[in-house]
Amino acid sequence: MAEAEIVQTGASAAPKTGRRINRWDNPWLNVKFLVGAGMVLFIVLLGVVGPLFWDTRLARVGSAELNLPPVGVTVEVDGVKYVGTWKHPLGTESNGRDMLALIITGAPMSLQVGVIAALIGMGIGIVLGSAAGYLGGWVDNVIRTLADSVITIPALAVLITISAYVRQIELSTMALILAMFAWPAPTRFVRAQVLTLRERGYVRMAQLSGVPPLEIMLKEMMPNMLPWIAASLSGNITGTILAASSLEALGLGPTRIPTLGMTIYYAIRAVAMLRGMWWWLGFPILTLTIIFVGFFLIATGLDEIANPRLRGVKS
Amino acid sequence: MRGLTKEYVIRRFLMFLLTIWLGATIIFIIPRLAPGDPVAAMISRMINQSGYIENSAQLIEAWRKKFGLDDPMYIQYLRYLWNMVRFDMGYSLSQFPQPVIATLRRGLPWTIGLLSVATILSFLFGNLIGALLGWRRTPKWLKRILPLSLSFTSIPFFMLGIILIYIFAFGLNWFPFSKGYSDSTPGLNLRFIVDVIYHGTLPAFAIVLTSMGGWALGMRGMMISIDSEDFLILAQAKGLPMRRIFTWYAVRNAVLPQFTALALSLGGIVGGSILVEYIFAYPGVGYQFYQAIVNLDYTVIQGIAFLLIMATSTAVLVIDLIYPLIDPRITYQKK
Repeated sequence: MAEAEIVQTGASAAPKTGRRINRWDNPWLNVKFLVGAGMVLFIVLLGVVGPLFWDTRLARVGSAELNLPPVGVTVEVDGVKYVGTWKHPLGTESNGRDMLALIITGAPMSLQVGVIAALIGMGIGIVLGSAAGYLGGWVDNVIRTLADSVITIPALAVLITISAYVRQIELSTMALILAMFAWPAPTRFVRAQVLTLRERGYVRMAQLSGVPPLEIMLKEMMPNMLPWIAASLSGNITGTILAASSLEALGLGPTRIPTLGMTIYYAIRAVAMLRGMWWWLGFPILTLTIIFVGFFLIATGLDEIANPRLRGVKS
Repeated sequence: MRGLTKEYVIRRFLMFLLTIWLGATIIFIIPRLAPGDPVAAMISRMINQSGYIENSAQLIEAWRKKFGLDDPMYIQYLRYLWNMVRFDMGYSLSQFPQPVIATLRRGLPWTIGLLSVATILSFLFGNLIGALLGWRRTPKWLKRILPLSLSFTSIPFFMLGIILIYIFAFGLNWFPFSKGYSDSTPGLNLRFIVDVIYHGTLPAFAIVLTSMGGWALGMRGMMISIDSEDFLILAQAKGLPMRRIFTWYAVRNAVLPQFTALALSLGGIVGGSILVEYIFAYPGVGYQFYQAIVNLDYTVIQGIAFLLIMATSTAVLVIDLIYPLIDPRITYQKK
């Protein structure tokens, strides 16, 4: 610990002269990555620890007073004056749901849908992408053409159509539907990575030694792609959560579970913004923004870890 | 055209058809895997509205026959494809005698107008910001300020839209909070055009501010990797002015992959703008989409989805075909 401090102060006093290896120069100590991971962790903890401290049954309709603003705020809604209290720190909405309870139950749901859909998409992407890149030939042609076609389809338009028909949707069904459009980007990307890795010396070496293709992909190529795959995965999670919350904001989400997107939908339906009830939309949007920015920072941080060129021009 | 071979154009066109066919097939098949009958749903909605309908069972049967719902699935599917090819999307269920295509024709100009203006603006601004960020000789103060303009990246379009409505429409009252124009009659006069721009400002801002960052980040990366190229050093050695090196040597080369990125992300932009129109009650296709969902107007839903798939694939096709013009090094001729 003491040694670390010495190294650190030494580095800040004479940044460019020291020749010894600075242990704080580890690429994994990327600020963007750490801040992003912290933000996502915060949301996860909110869902895990939150229910221990707050009664999530308050997320049900009619369990609290209506239209209360957050604590310490006095607001006039529809001509009636409301004062926020500690009983409902983030306020309540027009159906008598407590905002804090909504956030605590909704945030993990949104995160869960996104992560499941993105993982499925990523799994398909890794399989198809490495098959296309490694095998080449007609396999490559078919997979690439399919991925290129699907990627240009406006996914949300199709998702809206599907969920408009499948009215009573479950979270797991939703994740599966979202995964349908979450595979082309990883496929393209894994394929490109495999194409460059295939020409590397150690892969050639393994090929010459007679290692079967599957083993080369898993043991030689995969470890080298991990940071990129992780970056692409967190980008994918952002995409699926965005799609999920967009569907919910249109009223096409699961109606039985309070998700963040459904909260936004009810708020839009009740014209919350133009009635001055900023907290009704504000807190779900803030929570989703933390999730989005968190994963975005993780993705860019991982990109910089994997690709030192992106760390910026030192002038 | 330079660099375009007949073989490539044909291949690319076949892919365009494949995309549309895939999209059309997905929106045909998956809804039919779900339980429920659109005709029965519609009749029950009419019953809800008017209280009672005589002979509802016969009515359902007659309609099923009229719309061919009793035919085998593959015949329905082929008929559906044939209708879509001819842009015959049937009748709107909620405004019955009106064909779907008439509804879409009203919304489409608004969507195309808003989307193309917003996309072009965000592409221009984003790439400019990215180019300046990745350029070695950009003044330090500019490099500090510019990242601030990217703070809305990774927020969905529509969420920024909600925030903009609260600040600029509800709080400051500078802009209208919904609709595409006020009560003035549409026409090609100055007053109406100003009115449309006035109403379109907030929705366009929501799209531009949020999508700009993606372009900027990509551009910055490209500028950094181009920074060490020999032709830049040569240009400097020749004593060319810095501004010229920046625009015609660095940016000119760095911007090329961005056009491919534009083609790839267009689908996402179109999807995002559906929500923006919904939030702003903008009279485009996206808002009609929402109204159709509320009214359970399945033919309109399907029609809009098909139209959006069609429009996006066409735009991507155009970008891909003009790409050799933008980048003369690209040829699709065989070596």
